[in-house]
Parts: sequence; structure tokens; C-alpha cells
Amino acid sequence: MLLIHCPYCEEARPELEFRHAGEAHIARPAGIAEISDEAFEAYFFIRDNTKGIVFERWRHIHGCGRFFNAARHSVSDRFVVTYRAGEPKPELSGEQVAAAAPGGKATPANAAAGVNGKAAR
Amino acid sequence: MAEAARIHPLAGRRLALPGLSLEPCPPAERLSLRAGEDALAAIDEALGLALPRRPMASATAGGLAALWLGPDEWLIVADEGAGLAGRLAALTGIAFSAVDLSHRNTAISIDGDKAVLALAAGCPRDLSPAAFPVGACSRTVLGKAEIVLAREAPARFRVECWRSFADYVWNYLVDAAKSA
Repeated sequence: MLLIHCPYCEEARPELEFRHAGEAHIARPAGIAEISDEAFEAYFFIRDNTKGIVFERWRHIHGCGRFFNAARHSVSDRFVVTYRAGEPKPELSGEQVAAAAPGGKATPANAAAGVNGKAAR
Repeated sequence: MAEAARIHPLAGRRLALPGLSLEPCPPAERLSLRAGEDALAAIDEALGLALPRRPMASATAGGLAALWLGPDEWLIVADEGAGLAGRLAALTGIAFSAVDLSHRNTAISIDGDKAVLALAAGCPRDLSPAAFPVGACSRTVLGKAEIVLAREAPARFRVECWRSFADYVWNYLVDAAKSA
């Protein structure tokens, strides 16, 4: 089981308490009624679906109930960092990205920031 | 006129095993409290207890227990007849929400050296004393049900669950207790 660091509860909690909530940092366009169908489609439906580091919204639904954002590696499923909703996208170091990749090892630096590629007991 | 008697969802149930006992908690008054930072001082005063401001923290005073559930959310539990809603209704000029959940929830007390083992059968949280000390509380899951778990003593926990989940949670804990 993955442990996910909740930035509001300030500790790592089991994945069963969380729900995935789609890609993060998608801004709703101003004047949504005026934009073209293509622009609406791009905003509403089209997602990057990157292979590698992805920025996602997660919700600690069976905990504090809050939405927060996370950077996660979509192949290894390792979380790089989690941060509160509304905070800007964090800059990830090459070391952090490498540690989150398949076969990478979680380092003390990213462990402190709430990375958990390791299984719970 | 017919009088409708209130039936406790776990009425008459009890389990006592060596090192572990399960018991339904008596009916209680409960509030779901949502309030921002600016409202807390007035609410503290009205309730006569300082709402815990830190994750997983709880506070008890004067027969009331306040459990931190989220950054602006608390579960307040008190004995029946405490009049929680009335105490907060008098507050004016601040914005907050207090919803009476007295009959939505019910609670189970699980007590004994094997309590942690039984809970661990369905709750993925780390319940070691270091990670979840006496006084700690949080919303979490037990099997497929959402619960609020509070550690009241080193070997005693209170499991709050929705009334409609009470049968499921009780039977889950009984099964777990028998194999703990």
C-alpha cells in the first residue's frame, strides 16, 4: 500500500483514505460562455496524460476531506511531493525526478517532502 | 397517542473475549462544526473548551470532546442533554456551521490489549502509540466503512461510524476480534 503525505494532516497516510481527482493546475477560462467549442473542449476534456511526472489533484476524502495537489510519477506510481491547493507548481530537481522514476530510490530529501514509493508495513 | 421509542442501532450487543471487549457507546449528542479562524475564539468560549488547532488532536472538558477532523472541521461529542446546538445558537456576528449529527452516528468502544490488533484488520492506519497516541483522533476507514477513530486510553478506542454502517462495523470488529 502506498503512503501519501497529506499537506493538511501533515503526515503520511494510507492510500485507502484518498481519491484521485484528475489533473491539477487547470484554470477555468474567464468568460466561459464566450469561448469557442474548440477552446472549451481543450479546457474541459483534453488532458496531457504524460508518461513520467504528472501533477494531479488528490482528495483526502476519508481524512480531512481536503483537495491538494501532488507530483507523481505515472509509471512508478511514486509521489515526488504533495502541496496544498492554491500553491504554485513546485520546481522539481533532477534528483527528485530520478528518484521517483522506476528503479529510482527515494532519497532522504524527497522522503522529507512526503515521498512514498515504499510499501507500508 | 403512540410513542415512538428510539432504538439504539446496536442495542443489546456486547462481546467480551480475553484481552478484548466490544461495547456500543451510549447515545450522545454530536455536532459537525465547520468554522474559520476568526470564529474560533467565540466558539471556544460558548463550548467552554479550546478547539484543537492541530491535526489529529482532540480536547475534552466538561463532558465535551472536540475531535479535529480537518483544518476547519471538528466533531463535537457530548453526553445526551448537553444542549450543544443551543449553546452555539446564541452566537451572533460570526459565520460558522454547526450541524446536529446525534442520530446519524453511533459509536463502539473497543477496549483491551488486543484492540489494536482487531482494528488493524480493517484500518490501514499506523496505530502504534508513537504514531497514534492517547488523545489522537482522525477520520479513516475500517473495511469499507468510513469511521472516526479516537484513542481514549492506551488500549481503548472509540469508533464512530454512521448509524446505517453500525451493523457492518460491529460485525467486522467481532470477526476481527475473534481472530486477533
